[in-house]
Amino acid sequence: MTRKQAVANQHRQLSLALTEARLSRRGVLSGAAGLALAGLLASCGTGGTGDTGSTGSGLSPAEDISATDKRLGWANWTLYLDYDDQAKNYPTLEKFMERSGIDVRYAEDIDSNDSYYGKIQGQLSAGQDIGQDLVTLTDWMSERLIRRGYVQELDHANIPNITNLLPELKDVRFDPGRRHSLTWQSGYTGLAWNKKAFPKGLRNVEDLWDPQLKGRITVLDEMRDTMPMLMLDQGVDIAGDWGQDEYAAALEVLERNISNGQIRQVKGNSYKQDFVTGDALAGIVYSGDITQLNFEEGDQWEFTLPERRGLIWSDNFLVPIGARHKANAEELMNFYYDPEVAAEVAAYVNYLCPVVGAQEAMEKIDPELVDDPLIFPDAEFLEKATTERELSVDEETDLQNQFQAVIGV
Amino acid sequence: MSSRVLGRRGKKLDLRSAEELRAERRKGRTGQYLVLPGMIGLALFFALPVLVLLAMSLYTKPPGAEIGEFVPALQFSNYAVMLEAYWPVLLRSFWFALIATVLALLIGYPMAYLVAVRLRQHGLLKGILLVLLIAPFFSSFILRTQAWKQILSDEGFIAQTLKAVSLLPADGHLTATPIAVVAGLTYNFLPFMVLPIYANLDRLDTRLLEASGDLYANPVTTFTKVTLPLSASGVFAGTLLTFIPAAGDYINASLLGNNRNTTMIGQVIDSRFFRVIDYPGAAALSFVLMVSILILVIIYIRRFGTRELM
Repeated sequence: MTRKQAVANQHRQLSLALTEARLSRRGVLSGAAGLALAGLLASCGTGGTGDTGSTGSGLSPAEDISATDKRLGWANWTLYLDYDDQAKNYPTLEKFMERSGIDVRYAEDIDSNDSYYGKIQGQLSAGQDIGQDLVTLTDWMSERLIRRGYVQELDHANIPNITNLLPELKDVRFDPGRRHSLTWQSGYTGLAWNKKAFPKGLRNVEDLWDPQLKGRITVLDEMRDTMPMLMLDQGVDIAGDWGQDEYAAALEVLERNISNGQIRQVKGNSYKQDFVTGDALAGIVYSGDITQLNFEEGDQWEFTLPERRGLIWSDNFLVPIGARHKANAEELMNFYYDPEVAAEVAAYVNYLCPVVGAQEAMEKIDPELVDDPLIFPDAEFLEKATTERELSVDEETDLQNQFQAVIGV
Repeated sequence: MSSRVLGRRGKKLDLRSAEELRAERRKGRTGQYLVLPGMIGLALFFALPVLVLLAMSLYTKPPGAEIGEFVPALQFSNYAVMLEAYWPVLLRSFWFALIATVLALLIGYPMAYLVAVRLRQHGLLKGILLVLLIAPFFSSFILRTQAWKQILSDEGFIAQTLKAVSLLPADGHLTATPIAVVAGLTYNFLPFMVLPIYANLDRLDTRLLEASGDLYANPVTTFTKVTLPLSASGVFAGTLLTFIPAAGDYINASLLGNNRNTTMIGQVIDSRFFRVIDYPGAAALSFVLMVSILILVIIYIRRFGTRELM
């Protein structure tokens, strides 16, 4: 990333903090008064009550009006698309709009899988348009939406560049043959530490319990990240056949280290600020975040995947069942699977790029990043990360409740 | 009532006043019509949502249902389950809010007194101080709380100083502790305490204080017997305006806390709603919070309420 980009990034983060602030404030109001909440409840409660749990909800995709209506709504996570602070736009997206004539409404609406699901679930279950034609959600949430029949089937003829998808991502468990989803970016959950304050570094999750780091540890409040990391540390094969006992043992480690004050905070993306203020010296984190922090704050932190392995995950393009611009969405997916475009995005977001050929294209954009294993990992590096097995609905609810009870919210 | 009484009296009087009475009645009805939008608003945006909330809190999840799917029911056990799990958090929220209210009162009363009474003759200075009191509202609540995070951080001035004078153990910290959360609450809700008290003290007749002095009351007695009772309704309004939002607040707890010892009920409601996707649980907790605040406020009004507010 060039200096200009780094600066742009910083500005971006600030404006982001402001947006987040607004959103959160709205959250406060609804949480405290329970009024806005009630409105949401009404839509959620009456929504998905028709059928329960089974595959295929009998919903049919909305009529596609892409041919006559050149518009597209895309909901994505924050800091997840290349941004030009000078021009105040997203360069690759501008290019796409110019080339296709499609007017894209890009919204950084997704802050967490669960909360976004909470917002759209009611409309999805009724087969209604959620106002977005394209959403970007993590594997396990994609799994849920596909299982529920909440997404439309993709027409691969409209996405010729799909051949550029990394071979290992072609047949994922939740969507063999990629008929309903396509990877946007992938990333790792691993460990990071402050190099100056803790020079000896971390090799495994258990190294976080070093007395020297007492009260300076932060772990993610996403159960899907923190718990598998703790289980991996205890030698559990998280992709295999584990159950209550293994989960309970990992939870006990978490409980102990929260009780004795080793872990100061359990939080979401905002852990980055604690790294910057120095309140947190180490923790369980996402790979791209650390790369971005190092760009913005000077090279202070190191990210690693534990020897006992870390997690790899992807966020996937999905077309919601009620979306009316599927062909436009497919055109956009196709555009981002052009290696040169993908490299441009990767140079900004610093997450793992799922597009074959992007590594060669990166040569022109930023040669330094060509060999960055966090963006273009080799097979050896990929060995260091894994994914957990599928959880059933009841199991997930149960495990989530146990997790929430330990972290206290 | 009065019109009917009048009507029974002599015809002459009745005829004369009939026009006026009708006009008056019309005027009265206009008043009622003016209230209508407000009443409809209340019904639509308060009463109805509260009913929906109440209904939702009794929903149940059918066996095997997908996450986020609930069906109407009368599952009263939702309340028991939530209360059993989160009563300590609920108590903590009220406890934090109470401490913050008392602190805000102790800090805020002298501020209000200074501006309203002491500086009454100094228009410019008074104006400047008033603006300073309101100034925090000009910037975002979240940003100001974020700033506190910086101020209280381990490498920050306060934490370092406290460690230097051994008030804080060497491995101690301020953020993610109850101290930080209560400090944040106090800071954020202070203006809500100061402004009502100021508005009240601003009307205080200083001649009463002189009279008190003339009657050989010392300043302390004057304060407790004259100033304080006269400003009681301001104090009352200020404490309510501070306590109620503070009890339901979650921003301070999540930015300055985020630790198991600092969790407040607002955070739990948020997490039940958005993370666990347990709408009935979230609704039950919201309802419990609302009712508990209502009960506490009623007790408070009964016990300390001033006449104007009853």
